Amino acid sequence: MLLLQIDTALIIEKALLIIVILLGSLGIAMYATWGERKVAAIMQDRIGPNRAGPFGLFQPLADGLKLFFKEEIIPDGSTRFIFILGPCLAMLTATMTSAVIPWAPDFVTPGGHVFSFQVADINIGILFVFGVVSLGVYGVMLGGWASNNKFSLLSSIRAASQAISYELAMGISLIALLMMTGSLSLREIVAQQHGFWSDGYFTWNFFKQPLGFIIFFTCSFAELNRAPFDLPECESELNMGYHQEYSSMKLGFYLFSEYINLFVSSVILSTLFFGGYNFPFMDQVAGMVHPLLYSLICVMVLLTKAVMIILFVMAVRWTLPRFRYDQLMKLGWKSLIPLALFNMLVTGAVILWTMKK
Amino acid sequence: MEIYDILFWVLSAIAVSCALGVILSRNPVNSVMFLILTFFAISGHYILMNAQFLAVVNIIVYAGAIMVLFLFVIMLMNLNADVEPQKGQLVQLAGVISGGILFLVILAGIKSAKPEIMDKTSTDIGLITNLGRVLFTKYVLPFEISSVLFLSAMIGAIVIGKKEETKDPDAKAERVN
Repeated sequence: MLLLQIDTALIIEKALLIIVILLGSLGIAMYATWGERKVAAIMQDRIGPNRAGPFGLFQPLADGLKLFFKEEIIPDGSTRFIFILGPCLAMLTATMTSAVIPWAPDFVTPGGHVFSFQVADINIGILFVFGVVSLGVYGVMLGGWASNNKFSLLSSIRAASQAISYELAMGISLIALLMMTGSLSLREIVAQQHGFWSDGYFTWNFFKQPLGFIIFFTCSFAELNRAPFDLPECESELNMGYHQEYSSMKLGFYLFSEYINLFVSSVILSTLFFGGYNFPFMDQVAGMVHPLLYSLICVMVLLTKAVMIILFVMAVRWTLPRFRYDQLMKLGWKSLIPLALFNMLVTGAVILWTMKK
Repeated sequence: MEIYDILFWVLSAIAVSCALGVILSRNPVNSVMFLILTFFAISGHYILMNAQFLAVVNIIVYAGAIMVLFLFVIMLMNLNADVEPQKGQLVQLAGVISGGILFLVILAGIKSAKPEIMDKTSTDIGLITNLGRVLFTKYVLPFEISSVLFLSAMIGAIVIGKKEETKDPDAKAERVN
């Protein structure tokens, strides 16, 4: 039984790794808010934040401080406990997903000890991600309901129906990918995309599943409540959506959890489709540099890919107009799900055909 | 006590107390949240049995989808403890009788069952490979039939939810969604 062998050294090692990952994702989420403003500014031909520190780099700190010092208001008509629980749940689910991401290949110390850059290698890694994502909607739903405000309620209902609808297409598009990899473990999926080119074709899943990637990416926009699918918080119809009644750090938690989600989902996208920490000529690089440096390069490669995706997502926000609600539902159920099913069938047929040969 | 037993008893206590919370709490939203916690405790039991796939699917399907729909309906109907009408004496009596009969049936079932102690050493059956193999070989017929059952339930829901023919094609699409 796995549970019986409790190893203190392992627990300390994992705890350190968790702290580093948590702080890292918080830091990146913080600077994602800065990046969002800069991207928006560039897209709209403005300068963006430039007062706090060089290039406005201290702007996120200033924002955080401002949120901390704001007055905390809990409305009289709200359901108090659930009102507080909402943002906590949003934050919790946002930070949980990073546990199954393999950040770099295993690092073997000279003493022969294997250090894994993954908090938990569970054999159903990608399903764990799905489980946490499907729970993520509770933060928005409960918060919106507990606020006792019509706008918040409408917004939370929108969020729930949107999340459930797009989870389906997302899951089906992923099935096609999983049929090819034959494993649910993220570690295994990344290991199969080793390098960049082998046997006369790209190893990255993006080149094997381009349609699957497009469907998955579109659905992740909806799951993240990002524009053009940011209907739960569309200000022209619902004022501020589900965080209408929130103030101070509880509002901060909601806003912040969205950016953590953005970061984590970009990492998962690059893990699933863009080879994770793999990069071209990685074997040659591994032979040349110190193993620890090699691990760090791998982490940096993964982060670079994630940052590219984040920048793309931000650029999309200022490019596409927001969908109408019925258009959103129509796109999800009438285009993405049939397309994902088609992709799954084609993938299955191709796999059968190549197996027969 | 081994850690396995400690975890088992803790999870069981959580599951039972949360299940009681579901039926005892006045506010339907609280009931839903207790039910979600119960599902988590049950998933914990699955993990103890090394059935990680079942544990995660339990979370995704029940906690992540079905309970969201429950919450959705409760929110739309705006059920609250104070608005909820008090049931009449007759209804309460009927509830007690039918619940008691169900309890008797369950009690009889437990009494006649021969409890088997789970073998902790060979519990690979819950892993996804083994589960898939069993589902698609030994139990393939029940598996396929249950999928047909789900399909017919879905079609039935659409038929019931469909109003009489309208001229507006968009409105129709909306309802199907």
